[in-house]
Amino acid sequence: MSAEALDAPPTALNGRLAELDERLRQKDRRALARVLSWVESGDARGRAMLRALYPRSGRARTIGLTGSPGAGKSTVTNELAKAFRGRGQSVGIVAIDPSSPYTMGAILGDRVRMTELYSDEDVFIRSLASRGALGGLSAATQDVIHVLDAYGKDVILIETVGAGQDEVDIAGAAQTTILVNTPNMGDEVQTLKAGIMEIADVLAVNKSDLPGANRMVSALKALLSLNPDRGWDAPIVRIIGTSGEGIDALAAACDSHFEELERSGRLKTAERQRARQQITSLARANLLNRLYTESGEAELDRWSEEVASRRSDPHTAAAIWLSDFGLGES
Amino acid sequence: MGDTATMTDQIRVLVAKPGLDGHDRGAKIVARALRDAGMEVIYTGIRQTPDMIAEAALQEDVHVVALSVLSGAHLELFPRVVAACRQRGITPENTLFLGGGIIPDEDAEALKQDGFSAVFGPGAHTGDIAAFVRLHVPELDRS
Repeated sequence: MSAEALDAPPTALNGRLAELDERLRQKDRRALARVLSWVESGDARGRAMLRALYPRSGRARTIGLTGSPGAGKSTVTNELAKAFRGRGQSVGIVAIDPSSPYTMGAILGDRVRMTELYSDEDVFIRSLASRGALGGLSAATQDVIHVLDAYGKDVILIETVGAGQDEVDIAGAAQTTILVNTPNMGDEVQTLKAGIMEIADVLAVNKSDLPGANRMVSALKALLSLNPDRGWDAPIVRIIGTSGEGIDALAAACDSHFEELERSGRLKTAERQRARQQITSLARANLLNRLYTESGEAELDRWSEEVASRRSDPHTAAAIWLSDFGLGES
Repeated sequence: MGDTATMTDQIRVLVAKPGLDGHDRGAKIVARALRDAGMEVIYTGIRQTPDMIAEAALQEDVHVVALSVLSGAHLELFPRVVAACRQRGITPENTLFLGGGIIPDEDAEALKQDGFSAVFGPGAHTGDIAAFVRLHVPELDRS
């Protein structure tokens, strides 16, 4: 993109893009779906649309749901969507599943638990494949959220890839993060570990009709009592996703967290933090892409061989590879 | 990292089962095979109405709608899915419709008249389905 193009007013869309923008304003769901595809694939048309739409975003509430595979994230997402719909709010759902690291193919199956939402025109569900990203989201997740937000969704629910312990990107992407736990997830040492247990703003204990639920709740309570004061004590909410029991309490816990963010001023600082994170990750991806030219790849192959055969070490190789691009050590 | 920014051509497929039969083995095998062929497959599960399938196809902006029916009601159900899709602007010009199941040749011909690009029956090679999709997706009008 030339500097001139970057300076153009963000509304300067023409032809097809202007038409799509107009259709988005008319709440045309098919136009929304197509713009999301462009944005997801990093298409130039997607970037142009995003520039035009961005000033209209920033109004939606964003809630992330994370937890291990099988914890019930999709079911809870479905129930939460119904709860917000019951209040008359429109809902966007972004559901992320993993891409195969070998073929980049993916099975996106979160919709199976959300079929009852299909007939509601005010719910828009989009499945994303992680496409190589490792933090539990996909690289385009934030942009997909911006577009749904600008389209006018009141609440956006983001369901992460089934997370282990380290997939914590959701905390940076959503205003409120719900960690979905289940009974019998392991002993108490699991709750002491760093990572995913630390990012929860709301702790849901799903399948709480199963034995072990009480023990899970006590373990979480014990964990919370040791946490340093962050100005917010994550509430523990017992739910049964399949029957909807406890979902209103879960939605209320999200409300309380949001009110606390507003009251404390952390809503604004977190928004700046999110912006900073997205800028740096885009810049990082951009820089890396510039290194992956044909000659850059060839050099990388050469250095990989050097390092593998112990003629060089990884740090030296990385420094020299970068210096070829005028990015020598500073 | 180099790969993630250049996936403009990632093919997205909806695999769905309209109607009441719950036999989804075939649909799941096809879903898995297309995944292994590098495609993103949105699987919606069994017992879907034509409107539910069309709505999922719309929201997910898929290149391909692949339907499976094993009850023999394909001549009843498949055209109704196409009709629900057409109502939403999803047509055989911009989306590939594929049918699967136990479908006699003369029925397959009728379905092709109705907008289906191909019909795959028992014994179809999953590799052939993936190859068919790869060959014909570039011909779609995705503007």
